[in-house]
Amino acid sequence: MIKRKIFIKKLNNLNKDIEKRVREAKVLLLGCSAGGFGLVYDLVLGLPEDFPLPVIVIIHRSKKYRSSMEELLDSKSRISVKLAEDKEQIKKGFVYFAPPDYHLLLEPEGFFTLDTSEPVMYCRPSIDVTFQSVADVYQENVIALLFSGANADGADGLAYIQAKKGLVGVQNPEAAEVRTMPDAAIGRCQVDMILSNSEIFSFIGSIATVLNSVKDGKD
Amino acid sequence: MAELRNRNFLSSATADTVTFEQIDELVEWVKRIHGFDFSGYSRASLKRRVTRIMDLHNLTLFDLKSLLVNDYAFFEEFIIEITVNVTEMFRDPGFYRAVREKVLPYLASFQRIKVWNAGCSTGQELYSFAILLAKENLYKRSFLYGTDINTRVLDLAKKGIYDLKLMKHYSENYLESGASGSLSDFYTAQYDAASINHSLKKNTLFSVHNLVSDGVFNEFQLISCRNVLIYFNVELQQKVISLFYNSLCPFGFLCLGSKESLRDSELSRRFKVIDKAENIYQKIE
Repeated sequence: MIKRKIFIKKLNNLNKDIEKRVREAKVLLLGCSAGGFGLVYDLVLGLPEDFPLPVIVIIHRSKKYRSSMEELLDSKSRISVKLAEDKEQIKKGFVYFAPPDYHLLLEPEGFFTLDTSEPVMYCRPSIDVTFQSVADVYQENVIALLFSGANADGADGLAYIQAKKGLVGVQNPEAAEVRTMPDAAIGRCQVDMILSNSEIFSFIGSIATVLNSVKDGKD
Repeated sequence: MAELRNRNFLSSATADTVTFEQIDELVEWVKRIHGFDFSGYSRASLKRRVTRIMDLHNLTLFDLKSLLVNDYAFFEEFIIEITVNVTEMFRDPGFYRAVREKVLPYLASFQRIKVWNAGCSTGQELYSFAILLAKENLYKRSFLYGTDINTRVLDLAKKGIYDLKLMKHYSENYLESGASGSLSDFYTAQYDAASINHSLKKNTLFSVHNLVSDGVFNEFQLISCRNVLIYFNVELQQKVISLFYNSLCPFGFLCLGSKESLRDSELSRRFKVIDKAENIYQKIE
């Protein structure tokens, strides 16, 4: 319940431009690698079951260890959490994780495709690949956040989303356990937001507030 | 400065080079000129591959189209680049363990064992099956067919010569699959290359077959087609599964990739699940 309180608190300094883009968003993307698991875990745990956007999470992890992160999160969180399946239709109310050892693509009709082509920067799933593919489908209506990680994956993806006028943010490198990934993104494009850990929580909370108020007509 | 930096970023990695509509046009173009139909392929994947080709050769869409019309050698290159040819020996060791433990004892009861590896690319999976059969003394009454749409990868498959550096990883897979002995029992290393033993190439045939347009060509006791269906849309997946169904003998086995499934088709009821996690099925009616 404490988590919920954190979420309801609206980000005070959400400026008009960002608020407008949040209002038009159709999907939320999260990417991280080394040092970002805990943050993603807490974020997903804090999501309300009626979170207004589908969420796609790309985490680098080894295929050698069968991870039960999704199952664990699914049992503990209010929102449904699962591994994305081939040709599954994307829906809100779900958090989709990319399966280890596959790239995750989105088709223009809104369903997922798994892909075993070459790893990108030694990574499969690659954050860049999914970010670019989702932006091809949702164009400017994408919000993407990139957290702690030990390589530059995700930087091209964020730049691509930004070129399409989507909303991009990174975890403040100072707050990240491994700063390489957010640093690379900041070096690659003019990110819209650099967020401390608590700001990440409140930003995601305000996505829910802003979009649910649109839905309820309380705007 | 920021502006300048942003402009530099408009390279392939960050800028959209081709739209889905243009991909559809290109697919139509290739179909009319070369008779290859990619309309049932995943568009997200095609877009990614086409973008890659355009980057690699520094082409505009116009250049690409004109090359596809005028240069047959380029078309071959194009086919290689837009299809995914990534493969390895004993990929997903758990799968090979399941085949050895749950499928081979049954296969041994057939007089002749014909195996079809559809979408075999450069042959690593087919030779993995050959090794599996050889270990159980079944190879001499087996015959393995490898097919792909791509002639150049088939040539490599026939040769069965791989980069020695890859063998380390393949050997790890091999051991993890629970097989006895060592993968090096089945190849000869020379300089930087590893050549699959000739004895394993004896009962194999590699040939062109297009899952989109070609039909049943033989009856098989086992069909393996792993990580191919994910590149197809649902309709084409169904069509290919029915091709496999019609190509299997009664009680023959079908192996799909770990993230693929028979889906909820009429046909899925005619298969029994042998291993759910590894996606191995047996035709029961």
